[in-house]
Amino acid sequence: MTAQSTSQPLPFPVHGTAGVPTRGEDELLTGKDFTSNQEVRWCPGCGDYAVLKAVQSFLPDLGLRRENIVFVSGIGCSSRFPYYLDTYGMHSIHGRAPAIATGLATAREDLSVWVVTGDGDALSIGGNHLIHALRRNVNITILLFNNRIYGLTKGQYSPTSEPGKVTKSTPMGSLDHPFNPVSLALGAEGTFVARTIDSDRKHLTSVLAAAAAHRGTSLVEIYQNCPIFNDGAFDAIKDNDTKHDAIIPLVHGEQIRFGAPGEDGLGTKAVVRDEHGVRVVEAADVDPAQILVHDEKAEDPGLAFALSRLTSAGYLHQTPIGIFRNVDRPTYDDQARAQVNTAIGAQADTGTSPTDALAGLLHGTDTWTVV
Amino acid sequence: MSKQVKQLDRVIIRFAGDSGDGMQLTGDRFTAESAAFGNDLSTLPNFPAEIRAPQGTMAGVSSFQVHFADHDILTPGDAPDVLVAMNPAALKANVGDLRPGGTVIVDTHDFTKRNLDKAGYAANPLEDGALGDYTVHTVDLTGMTVEAVKEFGLSRKDAARAKNMFALGLLSWMYGRPTDSTTAFLERRFAKVPAIRDANITAFKAGWNFGETTETFVVSYEIKPAPMVAGTYRNITGNLATAYGLVAAGVRSGLPVFLGSYPITPASDILHELSKHKRFGVTTLQAEDEIAGVCAALGASFGGALGVTTTSGPGVALKAETIGLAVMTELPLVVIDVQRGGPSTGLPTKTEQADLLQAMYGRNGEAPLPIIAPKSPADCFDAALEAARIAIKYRTPVMLLSDGYLANGSEPWQLPEVETLPTIEPNFATEKNHSPAGAGEDGQATDFWPYLRDPETLARPWAIPGTPGLEHRIGGLEKGDGHGNISYDPGNHDKMVRIRQAKVDGIAADIGPTELDDPHGPENPARVLVLGWGSTYGPIGAGVRRARRAGHAVAQAHLRHLNPFPADLGEVLSRYEKVLIPEMNLGQLSLLIRAKYLVDAIGYNQVNGMPLKAAQLEEVITDLVTSLDTTQEA
Ligand SMILES: Cc1ncc(C[n+]2csc(CCOP(=O)(O)OP(=O)(O)O)c2C)c(N)n1
Ligand code: SF4
Ligand SMILES: [Mg+2]
Repeated sequence: MTAQSTSQPLPFPVHGTAGVPTRGEDELLTGKDFTSNQEVRWCPGCGDYAVLKAVQSFLPDLGLRRENIVFVSGIGCSSRFPYYLDTYGMHSIHGRAPAIATGLATAREDLSVWVVTGDGDALSIGGNHLIHALRRNVNITILLFNNRIYGLTKGQYSPTSEPGKVTKSTPMGSLDHPFNPVSLALGAEGTFVARTIDSDRKHLTSVLAAAAAHRGTSLVEIYQNCPIFNDGAFDAIKDNDTKHDAIIPLVHGEQIRFGAPGEDGLGTKAVVRDEHGVRVVEAADVDPAQILVHDEKAEDPGLAFALSRLTSAGYLHQTPIGIFRNVDRPTYDDQARAQVNTAIGAQADTGTSPTDALAGLLHGTDTWTVV
Repeated sequence: MSKQVKQLDRVIIRFAGDSGDGMQLTGDRFTAESAAFGNDLSTLPNFPAEIRAPQGTMAGVSSFQVHFADHDILTPGDAPDVLVAMNPAALKANVGDLRPGGTVIVDTHDFTKRNLDKAGYAANPLEDGALGDYTVHTVDLTGMTVEAVKEFGLSRKDAARAKNMFALGLLSWMYGRPTDSTTAFLERRFAKVPAIRDANITAFKAGWNFGETTETFVVSYEIKPAPMVAGTYRNITGNLATAYGLVAAGVRSGLPVFLGSYPITPASDILHELSKHKRFGVTTLQAEDEIAGVCAALGASFGGALGVTTTSGPGVALKAETIGLAVMTELPLVVIDVQRGGPSTGLPTKTEQADLLQAMYGRNGEAPLPIIAPKSPADCFDAALEAARIAIKYRTPVMLLSDGYLANGSEPWQLPEVETLPTIEPNFATEKNHSPAGAGEDGQATDFWPYLRDPETLARPWAIPGTPGLEHRIGGLEKGDGHGNISYDPGNHDKMVRIRQAKVDGIAADIGPTELDDPHGPENPARVLVLGWGSTYGPIGAGVRRARRAGHAVAQAHLRHLNPFPADLGEVLSRYEKVLIPEMNLGQLSLLIRAKYLVDAIGYNQVNGMPLKAAQLEEVITDLVTSLDTTQEA
């Protein structure tokens, strides 16, 4: 349980869920076991449904005890997520979920802690907590539902909306330059940064698995359609006619190719390095050896950042999808616990009980006695 | 020439100098020596918000006042008897506070034209008779220090820096302080730099010898030890006592303590202190801002730790929304507000108690929480422990209102027996607690309802993640009574608002009656009651004592619990014709008392960043008592 465990610091690197109790082999769970009795209340057609289903059916695969999984969310349509999962959960306040999860994950090494947040929640009001969670590399997995709009408050533009967006609060078009969440996370020293799509269950699930396996803060941006206030924001990457040209798949160890398949069965477009970063070319125009092989483990985030800039700034007609970066760095919570456990261990070795140690602390060095 | 020794019952000394002159350290050491000697004492550090304001200016003056006596005292004293001024600015900034006829000891070394100008003196006050009301000793402390330590080969600047120890030595001689603890302290402190260590010890001894041998000082003083309850004592500041109270709360509850905090004066020392005590299972997180600090603490509480956040008024403002979440989720959380002068950035290093209404009402919606205020530096220990006890027992955020004066001021503290400190029982929920209506009569619970309450305390179960079968979701949206699922039902909301209020109100049964000091007892009560809270306890107590000595009947009550009030407070107030409420704000407790008990309380309000003064309170109390007496006669 919680308290003053004297376990040794974990070896490094470690699996994201190391330290979290697992289920016995006979304790089978299915997606149904992770479904709470609460009625799901998103609008019909909302992308959140697909993500919920994917998460519910993925969670049993973690092999963890259900009671050791916690979902913490902020405020927004997407942040209702924890209510629909039969795990422990906290639907907190706007933007603060990463900070709450930081405390929880640090206090409890035996929990698998997940954060659910939206583009407004994570990047506007909670931007500070998001970047600091990434920098500290707390062992949590953040699912950032990016519908590029404020859903719950009925359709104002968000920090990821394309410039010029006409919404209730911007009748003549928005003026703000948007964030690219992946670029931001990489700039904030993120160790695991990925992007996936609500409707691609297979890809979403594979990214979730990699994110959970990563020890440290995993940021997963999920493009999520809001059919009510921002319908079609992701049509280019979903439409069968356009998606080949719109999605740049990032697969570790593979060349970055996209576009309609050519004679070799691979995309006719490719990504190559150039002097400023990376650029898209016709695969046929370059020596195949020049085509960039994706390396999510690269220590230097420069290339991942360059790839993140391939996302179109306005309407989304092109974007890389996949794991941009996946590197190991000691986590804040493991190290914080190691410090505390070392101190507890050193005290235990002296044979002093906490009560005696407290008496010693209160006594200090300068006392006098009145008789 | 043999020197005369005079008996005194109490003395107030103020050490004043430039921020870089080491006045806080000098005061601390003099205090430690006085504590070791057995005097009762009380201290008041006072320093600028700037780390190093320009040297020699009024803005850069830092001071430390210590009051020590052969009897029980309550305050650092109103007007110093002795002022030690290390430069013209220190003299100018402080001499006005001295009692008439008081003693001034001045380091003449810095009384140059340039420094006099910086302090705004047109003429040298040591020469133009401006200090005629005082006994003035002009001494070249710096020059003598440099001379005394020259064998250690320090630069002139480093040598001169030991002048504070010279001054300490001189004052230690004057008041017959034991010197061993200071010598030992200097040996520890400068163990790694022998030349500096030796220079400081030598300067300290030279100061003592100077007092003993020179003809400048013909009298030394003796202040006998104060009679105190038998026991072991130490000197302690409020911030240190607060930190120790939190460590004790961890030990007595068996819970790991999790502090989420963002640095802010005058609260940062609690963060610093707790960071040293990891061996007690204390985790400290220096968060990215105040909001993250309290959020992390709340997250840790959700996970079964004792979540704590420490800050000052501006930080409480930022934390308000999260504290509201803690009210709604009904999780234990200790919020410590070391109040300082406000509004906004205000006076970071000065004291004030103007956050009471912020603590009480500074959240959206009906968001009640218990509020506790320590009354003296050492009392911060018990108050912090009490805050944790209530937070855990009632599953609620609790606000502890300390202030800058308590934080940095110090007094002797009788060490408690650890075994006799209150135990705190977290009582985590481990079992399901509810079965649906119509379920079998076998009494087996089949569900877990996170908002099914203890009928006595109204506390909800604290079921922490990792507990099988009790998976549940909490959050900021209104909870359905019992089951805790989201509910927008109007009747339910009204009910839940009232339950949350009733839970906090009910704590009144768990905090004891009003602590009333009325020498005449309930049969023949005084006509005037002085009611206070927090750090004004000392000055109010001293003012009341003085008024009583002058023959006036007056009662005193001091509130530790500001929300809820003690159950008998209304009845106590009704016994008095006049209720006087002195506060370092514009009448915040007065407002609450007037609203709740319809008592026509009279405020005495001072908001100048400094503690109230006993003499002023004596006057106000006396005026009030005599005005009643004359009305009766008329
Ligand atoms: C302190 C605070 N400010 C504002 C709001 C109102 N609010 C609720 S959700 C939201 C925006 C949510 O947008 P996003 O995070 O993108 O979530 P979505 O609804 O799109 O999933 C706002 C502004 C709030 N609940 N709390
Ligand atoms: S408003 Fe948009 S994001 Fe919110 S539930 Fe409806 S469809 Fe989903
Ligand atoms: Mg959104």
